Amino acid sequence: MSKKVIEVSDLTKKFGSFTAVDHISFNVEEGEIFGFLGANGAGKTTAMQMLCGISMPTAGEGTVAGYDIIRENELIKRNIGYMSQKFSLYEDLKVWENIRLFGGIYGLSGKEIALKTDILLKKLDFEKERNTLVKYLPLGWKQKLAFSVAIFHEPEIVFLDEPTGGVDPAMRRQFWEMIYDASDRGITVFVTTHYMDEAEYCNRVSIMVDGRIEALDSPSELRRQFKAETMDEVFRKLARKAERGLK
Amino acid sequence: MIEVKDLHKSYGKSGKKNALNGISFTVEDGEIFGVIGPDGAGKSTLFRILASLILPDSGSAIMNRYDIVKDYRKIRQIIGYMPGKFSLYQDLSVEENLKFFATLFGTTIEENYHLIKDIYQQIEPFKNRRAGALSGGMKQKLALSCALIHKPEILILDEPTTGVDPVSRKEFWDMLARLKEQGITILLSTAYMDEAGRCDRIALIREGKFIASDTPKGIIDKFTESLWAVEGSRMSAILHELRNHEGIKRSFAFGDKIHITVDDDLQIDELKQYLLDKEFSDVKIASIEPTVEDCFMALTSK
Repeated sequence: MSKKVIEVSDLTKKFGSFTAVDHISFNVEEGEIFGFLGANGAGKTTAMQMLCGISMPTAGEGTVAGYDIIRENELIKRNIGYMSQKFSLYEDLKVWENIRLFGGIYGLSGKEIALKTDILLKKLDFEKERNTLVKYLPLGWKQKLAFSVAIFHEPEIVFLDEPTGGVDPAMRRQFWEMIYDASDRGITVFVTTHYMDEAEYCNRVSIMVDGRIEALDSPSELRRQFKAETMDEVFRKLARKAERGLK
Repeated sequence: MIEVKDLHKSYGKSGKKNALNGISFTVEDGEIFGVIGPDGAGKSTLFRILASLILPDSGSAIMNRYDIVKDYRKIRQIIGYMPGKFSLYQDLSVEENLKFFATLFGTTIEENYHLIKDIYQQIEPFKNRRAGALSGGMKQKLALSCALIHKPEILILDEPTTGVDPVSRKEFWDMLARLKEQGITILLSTAYMDEAGRCDRIALIREGKFIASDTPKGIIDKFTESLWAVEGSRMSAILHELRNHEGIKRSFAFGDKIHITVDDDLQIDELKQYLLDKEFSDVKIASIEPTVEDCFMALTSK
């Protein structure tokens, strides 16, 4: 049995009388690519914030990267990677400055950062852009750089919040090849997306409806279970059950 | 009708970055015209020019008989524009935002309620909530309501469905179809290839130029290469292997399958055997019809 990088049970978050996340339980194994799907407003972001140690659960318990999400949330923050669609990089810093900053935040030495920066820029074919301000990079490039920065410190797990929103089809596929690379190196990938073709690229997928996880399995198993041709169909069948008007 | 002729625009010192490199097209009344392409290809620049927010370096555009430069005041009355970034007042409530935009254009919510009814009814229960506290799908609905409240003749929507889930996206498109029925011309951009099929005509944009423009069917008909779908249990490894095969021009993951464009003299059984020799035993290969996404991948990989 391989190691579990995420293990949560009955994780719940209430805001007043509103239950944003309603007793969710699941595990994610080391090196797995785990797709975390759900409609807008289903509770994905709230759940992810609890897993990253940013938000305290109202009830439930669990561990991420071996740390307790309630008592050791500061340690979680230090030992995971996180990338969101919006605020991943500083637009007014150059490419190398962003890498330097995040490397420093995650406690790498100056020497380590310099060495790894060269390797990274070469691998991304980004050497020409070393001194470019991030705001001048096309979105697809930014996202590739942001992902590389999020795993620069070789975390056990990286959380990707809609990393490919608005990115063109060719770039999206290059991005997913980077995800596969990371997963091959043993980094666990936890990813949200609204592209259902990308759901197929995950080892397992969970679908949230109204704060609960209504389905969790491999894409092929889910398609079989819901008698659907595509993940898009699976998603629609489940989301139709949603009662929250918060779309 | 929208008539765009040879638009050019560059940014930066001495025009270093060309955003638009000569774009021409027309959109008929009541048409849904989709501009599809990667980020940075020039979609937003094009839309900002047509919305009279920035000036082109050269070229011209007429929107329902008004010139985008000379008649900019008129343009602003007849278009509804929804920018890519959520641009409503976060600290105003849903209803206050809508009222604000109605007042700005000298109208009232009541006067044009019929236009926004379908959309606005879904967010009306939350009309006292601050716009900043809405979920993604609801923000889109409010933004569309605000862009419609002055009864525009032309709607310009810049990536209206980015970050919106598949169910809400479908609802959004159903609303656009109803607006089209009312005779509103719609110009929009999207990164979702499956939405291309819901447009009357589409243009694929790359590096500030349209590389193709036609009906979705017309675009697909122009794809003349042989396209196959491959499936098996170890997709990532199969993809890797396919990239080493000389008879395969392009290969990429496509949901649960891999799509490959092959040389005409390659046979399906031949490729199956090739993969079998590499110990991929459960591989299925079938000839398929291309989608708009296949066309896009083909056009952009050249």
